[in-house]
Parts: sequence; C-alpha cells; structure tokens
Amino acid sequence: MSTLMSGARMLLECLSREGVDSIFGYPGGVTLPLYDVLYDHHIRHVLVRHEENAAFAAEGYARATGKVGVCCATSGPGATNLTTGLVDAMMDSIPIVAITGQVTSKLIGSDAFQEADTFGITRSCTKHNYLVKRLEDLPQIIHEAFYVAASGRPGPVLVDIPKDVFQAQGHYQHVTAIHLPGYKVFTEGHTGQIRRAVQLIRLAERPLVYAGGGIVAAGAATELREFVERTGFPAVNTLMGLGALPSTHPNFISMPGMHGSYAANMAMSAADLLIALGVRFDDRVTGRLAAFAPHAKVIHVDIDPAEIGKNRAPDVPIVGDVKRVLIRINQALAESKAKPVAQAESGCRAWWEQIRRWKQEHPLQPVSSDSEIKPQHLMAEIDRLSEGHAIVAADVGQHQMWAAQLIRFNEPRLWLNSGGLGAMGFGLPAAMGAQFARPDKLVFAVVGDGGFQMSIPELATITSFGLPIKIVVMNNGYLGMIRQWQELFYNNRLSAAELDCFPDAEKLAGAYGFKGRTIEKPSELAAALEAAVKEPGPYLLNVRVSPAECVYPMVPAGGAINEMVLGPPQPVAEAAQ
Amino acid sequence: MLQIISLLLENKPGALMRVTGLLSQRGYNIESLTVARTLDPELSRMTIAVEVDPGLRQQVIKQMNKLINVLQATDLTESPAVTRELVLVRVRTAQQTRAAVLKEAEIFGGRVVDSSTEGFAIEVTGDPEKLNEFIDVMRSYGEIEVTRSGAVAIGLENKKLRLQPPVPTRAGNELEENVQ
Ligand SMILES: Cc1ncc(C[n+]2csc(CCOP(=O)(O)OP(=O)(O)O)c2C)c(N)n1
Ligand SMILES: [Mg+2]
Repeated sequence: MSTLMSGARMLLECLSREGVDSIFGYPGGVTLPLYDVLYDHHIRHVLVRHEENAAFAAEGYARATGKVGVCCATSGPGATNLTTGLVDAMMDSIPIVAITGQVTSKLIGSDAFQEADTFGITRSCTKHNYLVKRLEDLPQIIHEAFYVAASGRPGPVLVDIPKDVFQAQGHYQHVTAIHLPGYKVFTEGHTGQIRRAVQLIRLAERPLVYAGGGIVAAGAATELREFVERTGFPAVNTLMGLGALPSTHPNFISMPGMHGSYAANMAMSAADLLIALGVRFDDRVTGRLAAFAPHAKVIHVDIDPAEIGKNRAPDVPIVGDVKRVLIRINQALAESKAKPVAQAESGCRAWWEQIRRWKQEHPLQPVSSDSEIKPQHLMAEIDRLSEGHAIVAADVGQHQMWAAQLIRFNEPRLWLNSGGLGAMGFGLPAAMGAQFARPDKLVFAVVGDGGFQMSIPELATITSFGLPIKIVVMNNGYLGMIRQWQELFYNNRLSAAELDCFPDAEKLAGAYGFKGRTIEKPSELAAALEAAVKEPGPYLLNVRVSPAECVYPMVPAGGAINEMVLGPPQPVAEAAQ
Repeated sequence: MLQIISLLLENKPGALMRVTGLLSQRGYNIESLTVARTLDPELSRMTIAVEVDPGLRQQVIKQMNKLINVLQATDLTESPAVTRELVLVRVRTAQQTRAAVLKEAEIFGGRVVDSSTEGFAIEVTGDPEKLNEFIDVMRSYGEIEVTRSGAVAIGLENKKLRLQPPVPTRAGNELEENVQ
C-alpha cells in the first residue's frame, strides 16, 4: 500500500525515516518545490546565511553526535558554495548528506540559468555522489546515501535532484535493503594479525598508543580506555582524537605533531612500539616521515585499507573497525596470564619515568602576564569553566592550536575542529550545528579575529534560533598563524597579515540583538568569561590578546618531530663592554 | 613501465569519471583506457594502462577498490596476464608494393578489412609491442593512418571476487519493528 506523493515529499519521507530532525540550508529556484513541502513539515529547516555554513553546521551536528548531518542548497551557486564543507567532511571523515537542487532534467547541459555540473564538481569532494534521474530511484538513493555516509570510514555524500524530480508524482516504495556490491566495509580484523599485535604488545618496552579521529568515529573511547588501563601504556591523542582518552586520564600524555607537546613528540620518537588506532600518519603529526618514530614497530588499525601503508608501512596491519578490533585485543589480553613486559614493574617504570621527565622539562603551560592577556591564559580560563565537559568548536589558526593544547576534553565529540582541511570559517557554524544537536550543552565557539570575520553573517542565524553559543574571539589583531610563519620563516616581513579593523563587539552583537563585550585586561578575563557563560542567550566576547605571541612547541615544516623549537629565540646578550 | 590495471565496475553514469579522476588528481597520464560491458550487462570491464610511480601503484589500486562503483580493481602489471591490443592501419601503397604489404600483414597475422586501388585497411591484434613493430613496417611502405584500441587485458589467475551482501536499511528495520 503506498500513497501518491511528490518527489519533494518523498525526499522528506526518506529523511524522516533516517531520523533526520534538522536540515541546514538555503533555498533557491529549483529547490522551491522542496521548500514548499518543508513549510509545514516536522523536520526543522535552519536557514543559514551562506551555504558554506550550512555544510559546516551539518558537520558540527555530525561531529557532536555521530549522527548524519544534513545540508541543502540550490543548484549552481548554492551547490558550489557547499563544496568547502564537503571537502572538510571528506578530510575529517564526517558523515553528512548534502541535498542539492538541479535544473530541470531536460535543461541539463544547456547552460540553463543557475546550472552547474554539481555531480562532476563534487566527485572529488565526496565519498560518493548521485544525480537522481527518475523519481522511482529517489528512495533507494537517499537511503543509500545515508548508509554510505555513516558506514565504514564515514564521509560526505551528495544527492543532486533536478527540479522536475521534486515535482513529479509517484508512489513511495519502502526500501528494505541496500545493495552496493562494490562497497566493501571491513569490520572484523584479521585474527592472525590480531594475534601478532597482541604478541608485540606483550614484548614492547617503550610502547605508545597513538589514537586519532578513528576512535571517535568508531565510538571506541571505552575500549581505548580499557586497553590503556589493562596495559598501563601511555597514550597520545591526535588533533582529531582529542577526548578519545580523557585529557585528565593518568595515561594521557597530550597531542603530538607540529604543535604537539614536547613529551608527546619525544615519546613518539623514542617508542619501540606504536599502537596506531584510527590515525592516518598525517604529515602534521609525523613531520619528516623518514625520521618519524624511527625505533618503533607499528601496529596500524584502520577501517580504510587505503590508509594502511599509505605513509608508514606497518609491521602488523589490521583492517577493521577499531572498536571491534580493540574488543578482541582486550579480550586476548584479559585471557592470557602473561602480562605485557612494559606493565611489569621494571619496564613500565623506566619508560614512564622518562615520559614524566619530558613532561616536567617542557610542560604545556598556560603563560600569563599582568599587563596583557596571553592567548594561553585565555585558553586556560576556558578550560577552567569547561571542566572537560563543554563543546568547543574552534576555527583555524593559532587559537586553534592553543585551544587544542590547553583545553581538556573528557569525552569524545566535544572538540570540534577542521583538522585535515584547516578551513577558516568553520568554527562558528560548526558550533551552531553542535548546539542544535546538543541544546543542553555549553558550547564555545573559539575563533580568531580573522575566521570570525568570515562567519559574521551567521550571527543572524544564532539570533533567530536563540542559540546560547559563547563566541570567544581570540583577537590578536593578526592572521596570527600567517604572522607566525612570516616572523619565523620570512624575515618578519608581515605581508597581508595584519587585521587593522575589527568591529566593536558590543555594537556588533547589539545590532544582532544580543550581548557582546571587548576586554583587554588580564584582571577582567575570568569574570568576563563567567558572565558570558551565565548569560542565558548568545554572547560575543572579544578578547584582545597580546599580538606577538607564537605557538610553541613548533616543528618547522619538513623537520623531525623531536627537533622542536620550544620557544621564541632568546635575545642575543649584548657583548660586555 | 606502464601499470596495467583491470577493473570490474558498475555500468553506471559517472563510474568512469570516478576512476579516471583518481588518476588525473594525482597528475598521472593515462596511456590507454578501454571499457565495455561484461556478460552481466550491469557491469563493465575496464583496462587502463598508466604511468604510475612503482611505489604508489598499490595505493592507486586501493583507492580504486574504495570506489563504490568499483567491484574489483587488480594490478596486472606483474601478475600472470595476457594483454592484447587491436590496431587498424590504413596504408596507401603503390601498385608494385601491394604484394609486399600483404606479405607483411600475413607475417603479423593481420587481416585485410578493406582493399582499394589506393591501398589497404589492415587489422592486427597482438601484444602492444608487436603492434608497434607492425606500424613501423607499414610506415616504410607509404603514408599510413593508425587507430589503436588501447590495451585489453585478462588475468590468468582466479581472483576471488569479494562482494558486499545486501544490508537491511535502518528505515526498513524500523518498519518491521513497527509491524511487530
Ligand atoms: C579559508 C582559509 N583561508 C586561508 C587559510 C590560511 N590561514 C591559516 S591560519 C590563518 C590565520 C587565521 O587568523 P585568525 O582567524 O585571526 O586566527 P589566529 O591565527 O590569529 O588565531 C590563515 C589565513 C585557511 N586556513 N583557510
Ligand atoms: Mg587573529
């Protein structure tokens, strides 16, 4: 039994069945039939102010929950505006489904008004994409899209729907099965390889867990925790994996990589075994690949076979869902009587002592001063208010790195950032998506004065929906990360790095109908942040920080990760007269 | 050396673009590409000859296998396989060399597919290297025009085809739950 309905209604029927409650989008000519049905539909449509932000908001929603985020745009410019968010989701393996309108089927290819080859343009921006040519294919395609986006290594899927397909009338057919014979999802992990992994784990003397976004995607935080507790092994979380192991966990060392901690990078470099879980040996983590973890045997667990051996050939490759694999490794460790060598008193102690020494020698420290607010001071204050529980959506730049270094996350899906693509303009819309998904949560958007100015239009969306986001602008008056590189590697020739104009935060927020404030004194910081958090609605806190700070430690591009620059060059002492 | 890749893929719009996109994105130049449907009309068999850094060949195969429209991508470069190509050559030749041209064609196992006072159109299949030789020989007899099909290859080992079985949809499941 089926009822006759339009393609637009059929689409919403499919979305409902997939459990979609919100769509982030922007209408246009060819999606008008869809918007007409949305008019009195229970699915909430969130009108953003730019399609790029629809994609980022869908990502924020997905990143904060693990559920598929949905965004929607019209043909031509609407679709092309989505692409940055699609690539961002691709790079960070975030499940989103994008619906785009397309010109009427018989006009496709005729340079019709607002026509763009969305299917072609987004081929490389998506995990998979579709052009719907017949209404009867629509339900199958939509359910496939959700399945592909969320399964295996998650990612963005785009469905391009011509206007006539939205308008056509047809019968909705229930889709009970997805048949994609060429879509291989490997979950279990090879038993022999898992056995070999357990052997290496037993024998290691300087083991290190290197855990990333795959743990978050797989929902494997509990299994990870069991693993480190069972073995007593130290662990680092990558930028994408922050929160996978609670930052307050005694086995957690911090983040490795270009702006990772001294201890994390030294441990990577000295380890004799890396247990790489849901990571991709990204160049921002490994530095010069040839010098990366030179003494380590590598166990690499990833659901994507193409990641195994891409950058570093592992000794034990395991293709599988990291959650399933960890369960089996934990089981094997529980069943065996022999304890890992590193867990035995002596081995463990020496390695841990070494790591503690590294931590003490160069801790990640919240620097502060009496005269100006240090960026690190700001992040430490946010950390104090968050207590490891708030959602923090960062933009891209120096503030992102300081936030990653200094704000603690005691669960996955609290730290949202554009890791792989590094897309400025991500932070604020991602915070919106997260706040929609988790209305109960304290959500900070921690953004730079540069990136914030890419997102200002969304203040309207925030007001419209009364989203109580705490926008904290770390205002250093510069495209700080650009300034840092120009200072360090281009003779301090600051070219196009200065942001000499920033709007008055109080007036700006006021113009959008909420509160805002600018502060610059260290003594004001704590109270101002507390007031922002107490405010029931949105809040814009513009924090003027010292402009000249650089993010350290830093591994210069192409360097080995144990060759960190730990701080600013010391001024050369003047020769004694 | 060229990498010879054999793919079994769904016969769907865009499938070809996804495969070639992986190569062009990496700046690889495709030497030849052939594609046609298989016994199962919903599937196509594609053979690609492409210059790829030896160190990256495995990665390219893995990336192709990840494509949802691709059922199987196999590297035939170093595994037992037969590679063949077809060439059509039109050669203009003078009266006195016609017999010689026919003799040469015969040596290469060629077939005359058209004959006129101007010359011949000859079809030869074989190993791509051998076709190069045939083309060189023909060129020595006069003006030629050449169309090559590009390499088609078949592996000689049985490769297990691992296909994903159908998965019940969430929407379908919920439906059943509601019914119960
Ligand atoms: C869309 C985009 N354009 C350019 C860049 C290059 N980029 C990286 S960091 C950065 C500076 C960001 O400045 P700001 O938002 O003020 O943050 P800060 O580094 O000062 O904390 C730029 C321009 C980028 N990552 N994304
Ligand atoms: Mg800045």
